[in-house]
Amino acid sequence: MAMPTEDLQRVREVAPNAVSQVYKTLSLNLGPQHPATHGTLRFKLELSGEVVVQCDPEIGFLHTGFEKLGEYRNYNQFVVISDRANYLSPLNNNIGFAVACEELFDVKVPPRGQYVRVIMAELSRIADHVISVGLQGMDLGAFSTMLWTFIEREKLYDIFEAVTGARLTTSWTRIGGIFRDVPKNFPELVRGFIEKFPSVLDEIEYMLSRNRIFVDRTVGVGKLTKEQAVSYGCTGPILRATGVAYDIRRARPYLCYPDLDFKIPLRFEGDVYARYLVRLAEMRESIKIVKQCLDKLPDGPVNALDHKVTLPTKDMVYHDMESLIHHFKIIMPGHGVIPPKGEVYSSTETPNGELGFYLVSDGTGLPYRLRIRPPSFYNLATYPLQIKDKLLSDAVAVLSSLNIIAGELDR
Amino acid sequence: MSIDFKALEQTLHARFGADVLDWTEFRGQHVLHIRATANTKVLGWLRDEPATRFDVLTDITCVDHLKLPDDMQKPYMERFTMVYQLTSMEHNARLRVKAYVPEDPCEIETVSNVWRSALWGEREVFDMFGVVFNGHPDMRRILMPENYEGHPLRKDYPLKGRGERDNFPKYTEIPEA
Repeated sequence: MAMPTEDLQRVREVAPNAVSQVYKTLSLNLGPQHPATHGTLRFKLELSGEVVVQCDPEIGFLHTGFEKLGEYRNYNQFVVISDRANYLSPLNNNIGFAVACEELFDVKVPPRGQYVRVIMAELSRIADHVISVGLQGMDLGAFSTMLWTFIEREKLYDIFEAVTGARLTTSWTRIGGIFRDVPKNFPELVRGFIEKFPSVLDEIEYMLSRNRIFVDRTVGVGKLTKEQAVSYGCTGPILRATGVAYDIRRARPYLCYPDLDFKIPLRFEGDVYARYLVRLAEMRESIKIVKQCLDKLPDGPVNALDHKVTLPTKDMVYHDMESLIHHFKIIMPGHGVIPPKGEVYSSTETPNGELGFYLVSDGTGLPYRLRIRPPSFYNLATYPLQIKDKLLSDAVAVLSSLNIIAGELDR
Repeated sequence: MSIDFKALEQTLHARFGADVLDWTEFRGQHVLHIRATANTKVLGWLRDEPATRFDVLTDITCVDHLKLPDDMQKPYMERFTMVYQLTSMEHNARLRVKAYVPEDPCEIETVSNVWRSALWGEREVFDMFGVVFNGHPDMRRILMPENYEGHPLRKDYPLKGRGERDNFPKYTEIPEA
């Protein structure tokens, strides 16, 4: 039988450690192979009836040592690792890492490169949010939403494949630009998607937003106050659902975001339903951003012209001595692109929140220290807080609303 | 609205005296270097002071200085640096605070009572670098297994590990049922 919450409160006040002795509790493992975890994490839950008394997250099952590996790879090689860190929106991670490196190297990407990057970042944000919303529906029993959203992601993956050559492991950016310009039919490809996508969002909203089961299981569940979210370092939709209008794209603009007109969706309830609404609204804003970028898309090079950092074109390499030397210096081991001595912390807004890279350079081709600040890590730290004294079924709803990516959580 | 870092530097020097070691800037990012013993005092002040109001501890990490080139070493440096990335939402400003922790005793006061985000961040630093946080309510490993030995992100820890893969417990022959 479930223990009344007030009783539990009283017992906890009188004897904090005695809860499990006074009332018989049941230990339950959620994960590491539970379908609702969407990755490999484990939660040690103490249940009293159906109420979660205590939750101890155990993470690290997917620890791959990205930060250690980063110290043994040069800056361009790490791009490959950065997209493995997040398997739901790898392009955002590529771009985030490239932006951090460019700040360290002090390189400016030409306008076309910036616009193309922003288009891809926003498409990737749509791909992440749409799957996140779909899985949130699936975890609460609305299976068809998930199928709807996977179809949309498939269309996006086709665009990613045309642009980057890969669907998931994109490894698209390089320091100072991208590895090749986008294909000629890129604007038509993207326009074809964003013209049809709003109607799909309407359908998703029609299926979920007023759905009684979905609303009953999400409204008021997993409530987080503004103060808690700020103190725990939450970012992204989790923070914006509590009423804090903090978005790196606006607060510390990078690439061409200052030239674009977009809103920061905000909710004040801080619950699972608010996060769902924030994600939906953010997708509509992303469509707006992509449209503006396509209208303004400038011509010109996509890579910085500083060939100490970016590769010269093949044509130049074949016909120009200096370009050949630059090419050789960038490619050969022991040479590579050399940053100045120093350190930067640079962050970008990925679908889950603030993704930061802290790079310490000792003046060699390899980073001295490379730290990834993953959004999921700090978002998940609030999980025990959100499900304490709530039902076990709420634990699943809250977890899917956090959209934890185990790859970047454990790195 | 933003923070006047010049004035902040002088205020900090006047207020904390010898606890403030240095102030550096690179690519427009400001770094405050402090003594490890004063970390809670200085960081707590930075959070509460209306002129700074660094209400978010964005990230907390550590750097091992074992193999840092000599020309980057400073006289006040120790083996480990605790790096606190602070963000002020009110003033839209960022500041990096560094505190230097010696190899022995490898410990520093926790800031988890200033910002809750340090709860997991400090556990990760303990896991990866072996820096112990005094007063932390839950000082356990977070990413590596509980029975793991060593701290992988230290510079004297080899990339391939210390034979954990080869010494993984396994049967030489299949036991009988």
